[in-house]
Amino acid sequence: MATFNLTVNGQTRTVEAEPEMPLLWVLRDELGLVGTKYGCGIAACGACTVHVDGAAMRSCSLPVGQIDGQSITTIEGLSADGDHPVQLAWLEHDVPQCGYCQAGQIMSAAALLDGIPNPDDAEIRAGMSGNICRCGTYTRIHAAVKSAAQKLS
Amino acid sequence: MSRNKPSRRSFLKVSAAAGGGMLLGFSWLTSCENEKARKASPELQMPEKWVTVNAFLKIGDNGVVTIMSPNPEIGQNVKTSMPMLVAEELDVDWKNVVVEQAGLDTDNYQRQLAGGSQSIRHGWEPLRKTGATARYLLLQAAAQQLDVDAASLRTENGVIYHDDSDRKVGYGEVASLAATLPLPEEVTLKDPADFKIIGHATKNVDARKIVTGQPLFGLDLQREGMKYAAIVHPPAFGMKLKSVDDAAVRALPGIHDVVTINAAPEGVELQWSDVNAFPQLVAVVGDNSWRVLDAKKKLNIEWEQTSPPESTADQQESMRLALMDGKAEEARRDGNPEAAFARAATIIDRTYSAPFLPHNTMEPMNFFAHVTDERAELVGPIQTPEFLRKTVSAVLDMPEDNIDIMMTRMGGGFGRRLYGNFGVEAALISRAAGGVPVKLVYSREDDMTQGTYRPEYLVRYRAGLDEEGRLIAFHVRGTGAGESPVFANRYPAGTVDNYLAENISTESNVSTGAWRAPRSNFIAGAEQAFLDEVAEAAGKDPIEFRLELFDRAINDPVGEDNDYDPERYAGVLKLVRDKSGWKTGNDPRGVAAYYCHNSYVAQVLEARLEAGEPRVNEVHCAVDCGIVVNPEGAHNQIEGGIIDGVGHALFGALTFTDGKPDQQNFDTYRLIRHIEAPRAIHTHFVESDTAPTGLGEPSLPPVIGALANAIYRVTGERVYDQPFVQRRELRG
Repeated sequence: MATFNLTVNGQTRTVEAEPEMPLLWVLRDELGLVGTKYGCGIAACGACTVHVDGAAMRSCSLPVGQIDGQSITTIEGLSADGDHPVQLAWLEHDVPQCGYCQAGQIMSAAALLDGIPNPDDAEIRAGMSGNICRCGTYTRIHAAVKSAAQKLS
Repeated sequence: MSRNKPSRRSFLKVSAAAGGGMLLGFSWLTSCENEKARKASPELQMPEKWVTVNAFLKIGDNGVVTIMSPNPEIGQNVKTSMPMLVAEELDVDWKNVVVEQAGLDTDNYQRQLAGGSQSIRHGWEPLRKTGATARYLLLQAAAQQLDVDAASLRTENGVIYHDDSDRKVGYGEVASLAATLPLPEEVTLKDPADFKIIGHATKNVDARKIVTGQPLFGLDLQREGMKYAAIVHPPAFGMKLKSVDDAAVRALPGIHDVVTINAAPEGVELQWSDVNAFPQLVAVVGDNSWRVLDAKKKLNIEWEQTSPPESTADQQESMRLALMDGKAEEARRDGNPEAAFARAATIIDRTYSAPFLPHNTMEPMNFFAHVTDERAELVGPIQTPEFLRKTVSAVLDMPEDNIDIMMTRMGGGFGRRLYGNFGVEAALISRAAGGVPVKLVYSREDDMTQGTYRPEYLVRYRAGLDEEGRLIAFHVRGTGAGESPVFANRYPAGTVDNYLAENISTESNVSTGAWRAPRSNFIAGAEQAFLDEVAEAAGKDPIEFRLELFDRAINDPVGEDNDYDPERYAGVLKLVRDKSGWKTGNDPRGVAAYYCHNSYVAQVLEARLEAGEPRVNEVHCAVDCGIVVNPEGAHNQIEGGIIDGVGHALFGALTFTDGKPDQQNFDTYRLIRHIEAPRAIHTHFVESDTAPTGLGEPSLPPVIGALANAIYRVTGERVYDQPFVQRRELRG
């Protein structure tokens, strides 16, 4: 066990954990931030996507010992009032079915648009294909990312 | 009767919500009700006082209405569409509605189950009556308060108007009085032409919570003092636990206990929902999900073989032998198929197969349980809460009345959560660990290797054509692990004079269960691909060929038990033909139509090849599900079913080596991704005033046939074995 200092959604948080404990479980079980989801544990489905120093990362495969001192944004902190353009686009297109993967989808989309403000269809497909949606909302996700891009540009 | 439910006697009882707290106590999801409602609908002003009108309805003194959603929500959107039915007849503004998930309450709600695409079909009348009854009572109360005849009043968006005296009262102002009045013998329901909510696109009521990451799912539940648990089940089917050495694990930091449980002890009465290949499990209990998931790998466990281990090749051979030599159950016979085949000018004979499939809900199986000496509280994702309670009662030897079950929003169901073994396991772990509140969490690998799979299937079709290309004989014979996929009375039964349907079961020790659109999810694709070949052999356009058969079923049906309405069936085919701009005789796309779960679907699908793999450009989909309650959710369900069907037909397969699943996570099990999804889906609903039927399943089965037929148009090659991609590669 060791002590780690993380900045999570703008707040300094101190956690006691094994260095190899993945960030996902630090967030969920130690800090009570359950918006970030567990899907596969091997960085294959994207449900656990968060931003670490602004970059989209799979928190299920990121040992907390590797990110001491870094700044993490989760779905709970993406915007103050749920009004990030990507979140609003998700509402506009009524994207979710079960909704479980959508936090990860939204975090991936927000990071994608940070890097490529006006992505074309191919860039959206490539950028969003690390996130699995078992319900098959991909056509809506695609439309929502395009809408968000328009609002951001 | 559990403690957290209103009793029958409290029906129509008034109560004040002190400080905006909760009235009915439907467990954790509704605690801090107003705070949550505010977050869900920040624009809504919460009332000072709520009146409980009945188990479905609370009306605030300012007219805000809380509608309980009775059925489990697995992503099929009933948490939005079912309350819409209540709100429509209550005549309130949807903007003033807050929806809450109800817990299991068999005294007050009917059929609290998510399965078979039946929630809306079964809820259509009772839920509207619930709303209409409440509206009736509110009108009576307003009549008393205004001292006028109720017949002189009208309602609009939660307000009661007396036009003669130009007076009005809000529902909230008369709700207290309404709740004391006697129930009417009967109520009048709206004319569908007057619907203001039903038939209008309505957003998912949980969408805001979903996109902001608020706790909604079973896996999100956290309680003071709660422990986490992980299970270990045998590594292969046909094995069971022999012994466990847990000394090393008990010494690990954060580990509270290691227990062995048996979810199916001898002499306990089980339910249909208790499908469980591995009832005996070892569970590690600790203070963090990762710690227990990591610690369980360090257990030293011995297993023993109980039945011969199966590999995929063995299973396929078993099905082949069963289909060839097995004793068939004759499910339907019309005319004289043998004689008709003997005189046929052309016989088309094809065999289709599909593998076992795990459900792979994105949220792995999990459940919260807190079992004390007297009571059990369970919270989690379950499609069949009523059956879970029966089994938990039997296994814990505790009266059902002492067991509370609350359903959470589910991160996908697809049939997997019909089988509540994980809930039973959580209860047993809580008890075995000394009555601690515990949340059981499956790893993805636990989830994918635990069984309850869509069965593997094999089906052989034969069709006989006469010299003029008329279909004179049809024979279907199917088998699968534990069940045959054949529906004897579905199309084309009823359209052919000489028809034979046969079922044969194949034994396997791999446990199986319902997977989105059970049996249809395979047989529709096989049948529709076969009919495409038959149409081609007959020299006919695939849509025209099907329509001719429907004409026969409409004008002169064969047999009496035909399980479909040929006019509605033909209707969706004609609609998709027109909407897709189908080029009769030489269209380069694939077509299919199917009827299941009381709804009719036809699709035209355009495919392409990309790096040697089929991809879908565009799908046109025509649907007849009667009245469309919520067009927004309906479109979403159809789109999702299509993408799900395409994905599994292209890539889905669980194979076995010596009883052990070869795929255990998403690195080896291929699910369809964004880049592989159809580029566009156009859904066209038949305008209808027929009572609505389900949409969670019907768009999936036919798309597999449409895809197979489109692949043929693109490649010139027929595909018979799912998954289409892997098998094609294997065949070189």
